[in-house]
Amino acid sequence: MEKVFPNVTGTPVRALITKIGFDGHDRGSRIVAAYLRDAGMEVIYTPPWQEIDAVVQLALQEDVDLIGISSLATDHLIVPELMQKLSDAGLSEIEVFIGGIIPEQERPMLIEAGLGGIFGPGSSREEIIECAQRLAAAARLNKQKAMAVAL
Amino acid sequence: MSDLTTQASHMATRLRAGEVAALARAISLVDSREELGSQIHRAVRPYAGQAEVIGITGPPGAGKSTLLNALVAAFRNNNKRVAVVAVDPSSPITGGAVLGDRTRMGEHTSDKGVFIRSLAARGHLGGLSASILKIIDLVDAAGWDVVLLETVGAGQSETEVAEVADINVVVNAPGLGDDVQAIKAGILEIADVLVVNKADSPLAQRTERQLKAMLQLRREESANVPVINTVATTGDGIDVLLSAITELTRTKFKSSKNKRLLDRVRRLVAQEAAAQAKQVILGDQNPATLALFEGILAGEYGYEEATVKLMSRRYAQAGCG
Repeated sequence: MEKVFPNVTGTPVRALITKIGFDGHDRGSRIVAAYLRDAGMEVIYTPPWQEIDAVVQLALQEDVDLIGISSLATDHLIVPELMQKLSDAGLSEIEVFIGGIIPEQERPMLIEAGLGGIFGPGSSREEIIECAQRLAAAARLNKQKAMAVAL
Repeated sequence: MSDLTTQASHMATRLRAGEVAALARAISLVDSREELGSQIHRAVRPYAGQAEVIGITGPPGAGKSTLLNALVAAFRNNNKRVAVVAVDPSSPITGGAVLGDRTRMGEHTSDKGVFIRSLAARGHLGGLSASILKIIDLVDAAGWDVVLLETVGAGQSETEVAEVADINVVVNAPGLGDDVQAIKAGILEIADVLVVNKADSPLAQRTERQLKAMLQLRREESANVPVINTVATTGDGIDVLLSAITELTRTKFKSSKNKRLLDRVRRLVAQEAAAQAKQVILGDQNPATLALFEGILAGEYGYEEATVKLMSRRYAQAGCG
């Protein structure tokens, strides 16, 4: 099999695929995890029901470039809180995208919070991977800049 | 000082101060074989060598992650700060991976006394990752008391962990294979502690008997390897396992730490030498080298002889250059 999606940054992208909140429907997050794996990424996969603070710790310890959140039952409403806590923890270089059932009228609120991508039902594998690659490349660049500034 | 050196020393200071973000980033840099990672490793290396490194290996589905989760809790009860490094396989086709070892360790995620890092094997065989020794040094230098190392689900010959960990726990599940499996060479031989997990299964007693019978047939020094029954999901037997590990740490670990650190350095150098030699030979277009290859084809030399010739020529060149 040919490598269809070469890694943008040379070393594999590290992505966290998880679910926050009380909804346990994890088929979608597993499918996206498999998509990203097949695109050559290293995917840290967790079961649903993660607490926001736990996701921040996970992202910190695993040094991820990208977080994908799956939301099928209003869990997207607490994503802005996740974004805030990531930023408080000094992890604002990490890019976040979301997939699932996201009502049209609530999308502006998520974009305002800094989300890099929103994928509803019917999104293609190619779209998701393309967006994930682009966000990961941006995150890598920002991380490098942040390390240089920290000196 | 160059920018890179300044950056490395800055990162090393943060890592040594216990900053988790610095440790996490340093692990990525080392795992990706970046020059910055290599310099950070060099800067913190002198501070490593304090942590106990405990390897957990066994076949897929034996319950390594669940057992590890229970062990972390047990070490935490003893006020030890615990780091877990868990390796999962990479896809040979795309290089991607799903790292799912954290799935069973969720309860420790928010505990500041626990650090968990998932690694992909990135094509390395043997059950670990090529940069594992350096990554252990980083975690060690960051001040974690215990490093628990989980291998990929191991078959029979993924015994590399034996060379890396101070103490090796081999986890077995009941009902896999017969007593002939138990006397084969390989993974069972490297155990300092043998665990029969899922000991509430009806087949567990037979597995325990097979392992004990196997131990009786072995050389004297390895005959007293403990066989411990656990049910990782309930925590049964974990206290016994922890005492066995603690006892081994007291005897094996303390007595020969320096020698084992030197052994670890030796292995790192050997590993690096093999990697460098491979690069050199793959890129060597020297006519004399090609002639040597022709010679092998023509039956003039064996592979071993040709390799020695090639290497000694390289060494000689390095000496003159």
